[in-house]
Amino acid sequence: MSDANAPTPNQESGRPGFFADVWRSIFPRPIVPHTERERRKTILEVFVLHLRPVRVRRSTLRYTHTFGLGGSSLVLIGLMVVTGVLMILVYEPTPDLAYQSVAGLESSYLFGGLVRNIHHWSANILVAVVLAHMLRVFLTGGWHGPRRFNWVIGLALLALVLAANFTGYLLPWDQLAYWAVTICTSMLGYVPGIGGWLQGVARGGPEISRATLVIFYAFHTTLIPVALVLTMGFHFWRVRKAGGVVDPRPPAEIDDEAPEWVSTLPNLLMRELAAGLALIAFVLVLALLVDAPLGAAANPGMSPNPAKAPWYFLGFQELQLHFHPLFAVVVIPAFAALALLLIPYLRYESESSGPWFLSDTGRRTAAIAGVTALVLTPVLIVFDELVLQPGAGLPSVVGRGLVPLAILAAAVVGFRLLLVRRFGASKAEVVQALFILFFVALAVLIVTGVWFRGPGMALVWPWGVGG
Amino acid sequence: MTRGRGEEGTASSRRSFLGRLWLLLGGVALIEAVWIVADFLAPRRRRAGGDDAAVIVAGPVDRFEPGSVTAFPEGRFYLARLDDGGFLALNRECTHLGCTVPWVNEEGRFVCPCHASAFDIRGDVLSPPAPRPLDIFAVRIENDIVKVDISKAIRRQSFSVNQVVRS
Repeated sequence: MSDANAPTPNQESGRPGFFADVWRSIFPRPIVPHTERERRKTILEVFVLHLRPVRVRRSTLRYTHTFGLGGSSLVLIGLMVVTGVLMILVYEPTPDLAYQSVAGLESSYLFGGLVRNIHHWSANILVAVVLAHMLRVFLTGGWHGPRRFNWVIGLALLALVLAANFTGYLLPWDQLAYWAVTICTSMLGYVPGIGGWLQGVARGGPEISRATLVIFYAFHTTLIPVALVLTMGFHFWRVRKAGGVVDPRPPAEIDDEAPEWVSTLPNLLMRELAAGLALIAFVLVLALLVDAPLGAAANPGMSPNPAKAPWYFLGFQELQLHFHPLFAVVVIPAFAALALLLIPYLRYESESSGPWFLSDTGRRTAAIAGVTALVLTPVLIVFDELVLQPGAGLPSVVGRGLVPLAILAAAVVGFRLLLVRRFGASKAEVVQALFILFFVALAVLIVTGVWFRGPGMALVWPWGVGG
Repeated sequence: MTRGRGEEGTASSRRSFLGRLWLLLGGVALIEAVWIVADFLAPRRRRAGGDDAAVIVAGPVDRFEPGSVTAFPEGRFYLARLDDGGFLALNRECTHLGCTVPWVNEEGRFVCPCHASAFDIRGDVLSPPAPRPLDIFAVRIENDIVKVDISKAIRRQSFSVNQVVRS
């Protein structure tokens, strides 16, 4: 960019041309810099530094400390805003026209199919990325001290991301969408007391209908995005107030030496730019190569077999097969949510933020927890499905609810005892091991739901042997 | 905002009273807002054609063989005629998670494609995870014509003989 490109107002006559005037209004006269180029650079920098801190700790810059997961979420949401706004322009939110307007994207609009693919893959990658981000923050202890409430805000963001994904899932109005949403809204019906009302509100009536589509469309295109952007702003602001990303060193070591600061421009910004562009390139390639799925048009009279929820809810659907609905839908998720919220507010021996996995003991116990969940969850699934259902013959709520839950709870308590007695794990290390245990178990449940469940939700091999 | 000297007590109590009033008004405004949102979200019955459309005329009694199940897709129900000649209108929605259950004639039962729940011809649960029998709709027989009122699905915990309508 040379100065010849920029229209310069005619200083002598005192009246700049129209476009020069507009240009001037965007980039007002320089205060300090002496050339146009310097001036533009200054304004850009001032703008960037308005959003980002001037200086960051050098120790937090390493890619493997954060893997850029938070920033990646932002980039993906940005991609979805752009592609989403394009699709709002052509999408018709009525049962008669919705499917056609989505199916016709490819043929009727320039790169219409690509736009939908980008939106679809960004949404799915986003769920994985925010979960990975949660795991990263948890394992590097980025939820102590000033960051405690930001963990809670992060959980709210996770809920919003899932809600955005789920409401978007219905919009194509194909068989996949219709039945996934039928199953998930039916789960609401099991909430004690208000379940029926809740289900009616979510559907806008007794069954999935025009009213459901309107409600989901409104939530997906306005309410959730606005809430998401506002909450994200809050989240980022709290990161900055806490002095940036958590330092990878233990707190004791940071006190010994003055932290080494480097300027955000270009050290942090260029790294973010590179990571963001790489991610965009990846999503683009994926969207070019793999089409977003679109089943047959929704048919309320015929459930496909098997009918599955979206993958991020398949863990819950898998729980449905093993527990009474009251436990699978209400009790277990409520416990999980409560446990996640409580993590930063339990009392720990020390604020052990910084290094991955806390310590050598932490590393070992975390590995044990991960392997335990990886081995035990499939064993339990198969055992419950094929061999013996504990509490069979008792009333369903007891036999499929209280009894298996009590057995699992006893196992977890036993596991905790093992960690403390055998490995001398501290409280933080126990909490970490249990977190890993449940996280891996959920991952196994999801994998089972996606690949190992066939017609009638029977256990099958994904490669079609046996079954 | 200035307070007279010597009347601190009255001034601060007036201030705290006004503060509480604000809080109260804010609370009222919040309740109103929640109420309005809840009402906008509350489900409405959007059935075209008014109440008449909620009654489906299934047909003359003789058309249905004892021990047969007939689907009425427009009414989202199955009309089951039991072996003893009684009628039951069964909601086609699985009571587990709302999938549509097809009637498998060879096996003589309803089998849900989603989670493998099974129901007999009376809608009773043959195998879980379904927690209760299929919902029913009110059936009435006028002049040997079977009519089904689909305005409200009736929940039941188990099958009983008085749910069956005979001509």
